[in-house]
Amino acid sequence: MLKFIAKRLLSGAITIWFIATATFFAMHAVPGDPLTQEKAMSPAVRAQLEARYGLDKPLIEQYQLFLGNMLQGDFGISFTQENRKVNDIISKHFPISAILGLAAVLIALVGGVAAGTVAAYYRNRWPDRLVMIGVIAAISVPGFVIAGLAQLIIVAMNNAAGKTLLPVAGWGSVNHIWVPALVLGLGTMAYLSRIMRASMLEVLNADFNTAAKAKGVHGLRLFWHHQLRNAVLPVVTELGPTIAGVTTGGFVVELIFAIPGLGRYFVQAVQQLDYTVIMGTTVFYGAFLVLVVVLVDISYGLIDPRIRLHGGGGR
Amino acid sequence: MCFLLLVAGQAWTQAVDADKAKVTLALATEPPTLNSAVATDTIASFILAHLMEGLLVYGPDGELAPGVALRWQLDADGAHFWLRDDARWSDGKPVTAHDFVFAWRHALNPKTASQYAFIFYPIKNAEAVNEGKLAPSELGVRAISDTELKVEFGSPCPYFLSLTAFMTFLPLREDVLAQWGGRYAADADKLTVNGPYLLTKWVHGAHLQLRKNPQYWHSASVRINEIDMPYITADPSSQFNLFRDQQIAMAPLDTGLLNEAVKRGFDIEYFHTGSLYFLEFNFREGRITANRAFRKAVQRLIDPAVLVNKIIGLPGIQPAYSLFPVTVKGLKRSFREEYPVLRVDPDIAAARAYIRKAKAELGISEIPPLMLLAGDSPRALQEAEYYQYLFKNGLGIELRIDQQVFKQRLEKMRRGDFDLVSAAWGPDYDDIMTFADLFASWNDNNRGRYNNALYDRWIRVAQNSNDPRTRFNAMAQIQRIVVDDVPILPTYENGALYVQNPRLRGVRRNIFGGDPLFRYAWIER
Repeated sequence: MLKFIAKRLLSGAITIWFIATATFFAMHAVPGDPLTQEKAMSPAVRAQLEARYGLDKPLIEQYQLFLGNMLQGDFGISFTQENRKVNDIISKHFPISAILGLAAVLIALVGGVAAGTVAAYYRNRWPDRLVMIGVIAAISVPGFVIAGLAQLIIVAMNNAAGKTLLPVAGWGSVNHIWVPALVLGLGTMAYLSRIMRASMLEVLNADFNTAAKAKGVHGLRLFWHHQLRNAVLPVVTELGPTIAGVTTGGFVVELIFAIPGLGRYFVQAVQQLDYTVIMGTTVFYGAFLVLVVVLVDISYGLIDPRIRLHGGGGR
Repeated sequence: MCFLLLVAGQAWTQAVDADKAKVTLALATEPPTLNSAVATDTIASFILAHLMEGLLVYGPDGELAPGVALRWQLDADGAHFWLRDDARWSDGKPVTAHDFVFAWRHALNPKTASQYAFIFYPIKNAEAVNEGKLAPSELGVRAISDTELKVEFGSPCPYFLSLTAFMTFLPLREDVLAQWGGRYAADADKLTVNGPYLLTKWVHGAHLQLRKNPQYWHSASVRINEIDMPYITADPSSQFNLFRDQQIAMAPLDTGLLNEAVKRGFDIEYFHTGSLYFLEFNFREGRITANRAFRKAVQRLIDPAVLVNKIIGLPGIQPAYSLFPVTVKGLKRSFREEYPVLRVDPDIAAARAYIRKAKAELGISEIPPLMLLAGDSPRALQEAEYYQYLFKNGLGIELRIDQQVFKQRLEKMRRGDFDLVSAAWGPDYDDIMTFADLFASWNDNNRGRYNNALYDRWIRVAQNSNDPRTRFNAMAQIQRIVVDDVPILPTYENGALYVQNPRLRGVRRNIFGGDPLFRYAWIER
C-alpha cells in the first residue's frame, strides 16, 4: 500500500515538474512581457524594473531561480498587483473558488441523481424526455449564457418582489453562493444525470432487484437499500475528477457574478502576462488536480479489492 | 430550482441611500496599487482622487481650484505655492511642503521605477535625477518653510498648475513609506491620506469602501458620507444587471446594453473621454506606408463620419479630423474652435490617383498585401473589417488583419511589426502638448517611427516658449502637418455612455483628476 502511494506521489511530482517547465517556456515564448504597457517606458525605468524582477537575467538562469524558489514554495510577487505575493493571492482566493466548486458539485450530485432516477423510473415517458431535453440544453448552452440568463431572472424576481430575494452578484453571504454554484454545476449535473439514468436502468432490470421485490421489499426501502446504493456507484466514481474540474473551472462564473475566486486571477494573469501569477496558479492547479487523481486512485484501491495496490502484475 | 424559494428575503439595499448619504458602485478591476508615486491606471486615479489632495484640485466646475495650496504664483522660470496651515493627514499631522518635496523626489528616484516620472521633466534636473545622473536632492523643488514650496523649471511649463492635480504629484509621508516599505498602500491600514475620504475597507478582489475623512480641512463640504464598492467585475452586462436591481448607482453601456437601457426607459448619460483613435502608419525602412502618396490615398479613402455613424454606430463617439480632440483647450476656448482644422474630403478618384502616383514613385506595378494590426475587441474587429473592405473595393489592395490580444499587440507595435495599426491615445495632462509631442522623432510612443524635421521643430518652438500665442500657433502648424503629411489618420474621438441613478447628483466625469469624481456629489431625496 505504502509503496503504491509513494509511486503515485512520485509520478505526480514528475507531472507537476513537467507542467511547470512547459508553462515556463511557453509563457516566455509569447511576444511581450509583464512590463509591456500602453504607454512606452523610458529605457531607464524599464531597466530598473527588469532588474527588480530578474528579467534581465538569461532565461535559463530565470528558470533555475524559479525552480529553486518553487521547491521552497515561493512564487514571488505579482507584476500587476505590485504589493501582493503570489502565495497570498492563492491562499486568499482559492478557498473562495473551493467553496463555490464544492457547492456546485453538491448541487450537481443531488440534482443529477434525482433527475437520473426519475428519468430511469419513467423511461421513454414524458418525465424522461423532459430530463433528457434539460440535459442536452445544460450541456450545450455555454456557461456565460446561462450565467447571464440567471442574472436576468434574479433581477426580474427582485423587481417583482420589490426586495432582494437573491443578490445579483457579489460575495460575502450564504445567499451569494446558490445561483453561481447552480450555474457552475449545471453541466456536471446534466452529465451525472445521464450516468445515473443508465446505471439505474441497469439496476431496475437486474436479477437482485427482481429478487428483492419477490421477497416483499418495496417502497422506500427497496429504493434506498437496493436500487440507489447500487446505481449510484458509477456516479461516485466520477466525483473525483468532477470536484477538481469544477473547483478550478469557474472563471466565467466568477467574472459574471463578481466573485473574488482564483479562476479570475488565473485568466487575468494570462492576459496580462503576469509571469509570477501564471506560474504560481498553474503549478498550484496542477498540483491540486494531481493530488485529487492520486487520492481517487488510492480510494479505488480501498473500495475495490480488484484493483491491486502492490506493484507489478497487470490489471 | 426549488431551493431558490427556501432562501429568505434580504433587506432591499439601495444603490443610493439618502439617510446615510451612501452610494454603492461596482469597480471593473481592483486598483493594482494605491501608491501615488507608481500608480498608472484609471482605477487607482479614481480612488486616489477621493483619498488624496494635491496642491491644486479640479473643482465642481471642472476648473482648477485651491487644494492644499491656498494661493500660488506661476512664473516663466518656476512656481511658488503657499500651503494652507489647516491641511491634515488622516493621523492628524499637518500636511507640509516637505511632504511634496519628498513625494516628487521619491517618484523621480530611479529605484522607484515610476512610469510617470517623465511628467516631472519640466522641473529643473528632473530628467537627470530620473536617469540616476544626479541625486534626488538636486531636483528643482524645495520647501522654504512648512507652508511654502518653490519649484524651478528646467524648461518652460505654462501648464504646470494642471500637473499639480495629477496623481504622481500628490504628497507622500516619508515616515509612513519607511514604515511599510514595499507593502505601502497594499492594504487599507497601510496608507495615510490627506483627502476628503478614508479607505476604510479593502478586501482584495472583492470590496473597497471609502468613508468621509473627518480630518480633511474642508470636510464640511463633502456631502456623500460613504462610497461603497462591494462588486468587482469587468463584465458590463453584470454591472448593468446590478444597476437594474438597484444595487449600484452607475453602470457603463456598450452597444448591446445601450439598446436594452433605451428600451427600459433609462436616461442615457454621456461624456467625452478625451481620447483619440487613429490609424498609425509604419515609417520604417522598406514599408509602403512610408510613402506619402500612399498615405494620402488612404486619407482620401476613409471617411471618419461613415466609420462612426455607419460602422461603430454608438452615440457619443464622434468622427476625428485632427490630432487634437475637441476637448483640448486653446487660448480661451477649445483649440479646435480657435484653430479650425482643414478637412480633406473623401474622394475615391483622388485616392486612386494617389495610388498610381505611389506605385510610380515606388517603382512597383502592384501594391503587395498589407498588414493591419488591430486589437481584439469586437469594435476593433468591426473597424478593421471596414478598412479591409474599403481597401479591396476602392483601391484593389489586400489588407490582412492581424488581430492580437492587448500585450501582444503592444509588443508588435513596439517592434514595428505592422504596416498600419489601429491605435489610441488618452491625454496625460491638461495641455495640448500631451497629444502634440506624440509623433516627435524622440518620443518612445511614436510607434510608427515618424521622423519629420519640421514637425520636431514646431514642437521645440512650443516647448521653449511661455507665450500662449506662440505655443498655439506652433500647434496649429502641427495640426496642419498631420493633415498634410498624414503621419496618422485620425478616425474617431471616444465617448463613454453610462446610466446613473437619477437621485445621485453632481457627479463629475473628468478627463483629468480622477473619474468619476464624487467629491462634490450629493443624493436627492
